[in-house]
Amino acid sequence: MTVSSWIQKQRYLIEMTLSSLLRRKGKFTALIVVYTSIVFLLASVMLFTEALEREARIVLSGAPDIVVQKLVAGRHDLIPRDYADAIREIRGVTSVRPALWGYYFDPVFGANYTVMVPEAFDHGRGEVAIGPGVAKATGSEIDYILPIWTSKGKLTSFFVKELVSSESQLVSADLILMSEADFRMVFDIPEHLATNLVLEVRNPRELPVIAAKIADLLPDTRPVLKSEVQRTYDSVFSWRSGVVVAVLIGSVLAFIIFAWDRASGLSAEERREIGILKAIGWETSDVIQMKFWEGTVVSLTSFLVGVLGAYAHVFLTSSTLFEPVLKGWAVIYPEFRLVPFVDAYQIAVLFFLTVVPYTVSTIVPSWRAATIDPDAVMRA
Amino acid sequence: MTNPPSPRPHSGPSTSDGTAPAEELIRLTDVTKVFNSGRPNEFTAVDGVSLAVEAGRVTGLVGPSGSGKTTLASLMGCMARPTSGRIRLDLEVENGSSGGTAFPGGEVSSLPERFLTHIRRRAFGFIFQQFHLVKGLTALDNVMLPAYPAGERHHELRDRAKRLLATFGMAAKAASKVEWLSGGEAQRVAIARALINDPSVVIADEPTAHLDTSLSRELIAILGDLRAAGRTVIVASHDPLVTESGLLDRVIRLRDGRVEPPEPTDP
Repeated sequence: MTVSSWIQKQRYLIEMTLSSLLRRKGKFTALIVVYTSIVFLLASVMLFTEALEREARIVLSGAPDIVVQKLVAGRHDLIPRDYADAIREIRGVTSVRPALWGYYFDPVFGANYTVMVPEAFDHGRGEVAIGPGVAKATGSEIDYILPIWTSKGKLTSFFVKELVSSESQLVSADLILMSEADFRMVFDIPEHLATNLVLEVRNPRELPVIAAKIADLLPDTRPVLKSEVQRTYDSVFSWRSGVVVAVLIGSVLAFIIFAWDRASGLSAEERREIGILKAIGWETSDVIQMKFWEGTVVSLTSFLVGVLGAYAHVFLTSSTLFEPVLKGWAVIYPEFRLVPFVDAYQIAVLFFLTVVPYTVSTIVPSWRAATIDPDAVMRA
Repeated sequence: MTNPPSPRPHSGPSTSDGTAPAEELIRLTDVTKVFNSGRPNEFTAVDGVSLAVEAGRVTGLVGPSGSGKTTLASLMGCMARPTSGRIRLDLEVENGSSGGTAFPGGEVSSLPERFLTHIRRRAFGFIFQQFHLVKGLTALDNVMLPAYPAGERHHELRDRAKRLLATFGMAAKAASKVEWLSGGEAQRVAIARALINDPSVVIADEPTAHLDTSLSRELIAILGDLRAAGRTVIVASHDPLVTESGLLDRVIRLRDGRVEPPEPTDP
């Protein structure tokens, strides 16, 4: 067979496949809907967790090498600023800086914001820079007033002077940046205290040694390494995606049973059709090729629609369906959008876990049906 | 009415059963077909049949229901392999679009399925008792179906299928779904489909079973035309309209899977 006649033959087979699908509209619509939903759910979980992990990496890329917290009775407490002087003496420590940050619950909009004092704040007292999530939640723009209740119950007005942007909305969405004096005023934190200390270290390989020295020197503190935070983030995201996958296993199993039933149980009409094709001169391999195209059309359509749907769900609608499970405590955050990110490897894994098994499962029973003697149709 | 068939009969030995000498196209030697072999429901459909089918003639396989007509026709048409015995085809089968000879003629009973399928597609056209058209497809698509595996150019195949439908007065119904057609129309589509690969042998199994008298006569006339066009026709039937029509050049009477001795009145 020449190449052109082989191509023409495949065109005939695809044409036959499409007409066969159209003839069984109801059945194949149901199949594609179920198949697409499964791919959609699985792809949503994959895209969402991958994007969250990536957000976490972005967050951590700007994080200090070591954060030193003070513990009182095992709880995180404000740390005296003079601890920084003791830590600065340790060899290998490049810089130590007191950091001020905290959470502020806005009772008006019911949202939780992260309030921080940046290393360098370009605006003056009574002025703030806010993240896109805060701006959206409060309807604020530059030069608008943002009222904040102090911890003493006094309402203070701040002027919005800047809208913060960042590579990751997770970093910037709920952010309010203000001056140190304002921060201390709002949260009533004395001058000699800070939320924690942030350290930069010259040689990353010395991090565990320096952490041990800090713990020795200041026994009421806890040094937290960047790698430990990374590990916690990873396990939290993995655990959460694991929960969703566990929930989805039921639907995946239902799909497998559905697909197997659909694939192994050729209808009497389909068997008859295969018998006719064999009788009029189609080879077993021709029938199998046609069924291969059928499986490919169904699974590829479902796969593409499912993955595109998942992309839209995760990155355009902020994973509406998963928010309660996957974001956990973050539900009180203002809404934020994940940075679109697709891992080709994961998509390939999803492809091989859905398209390939389905296509094979349609071919096997067709092969069994196609190996019947063509004279069966004469005797029917 | 149609082009001369492409697979050409070889010149073979003359028949040994005393009928008029003609080129022998198909020869069966002691052919037996057993279904469900070794099981409690084992059943011998064809039992030690030896016969020859001559080229360019209409051969009738005649007998009551269950006599083995259909099984014998399917064995002759390479649809099934015999349980024992030999089937020889004296015709050359071309290799489709790439040219050359795929089968030079000879023994087919032990050929692999792939070769049998190729021979069946190129050399035989089948008209089934139940028409066996694929529902949901148009008449034109149904006629084109047997030629799909060869990968012939679409416009050439479509034109040929249209010409065939026109030959049988079905040009206006080419785009109609087959389930909308009447019995006679469906039968004509089935005949056009049988001829799409230009076969040298047409096998019709109980072709009048679902037709009224006038449509049956029309079909008999069409089969006569096929013979006139140089094709070999094998008809399995127990319908007196067929057996007494004068269409059959030769009658092979079957009973219980065996060939009955020819009656003196048989043509």
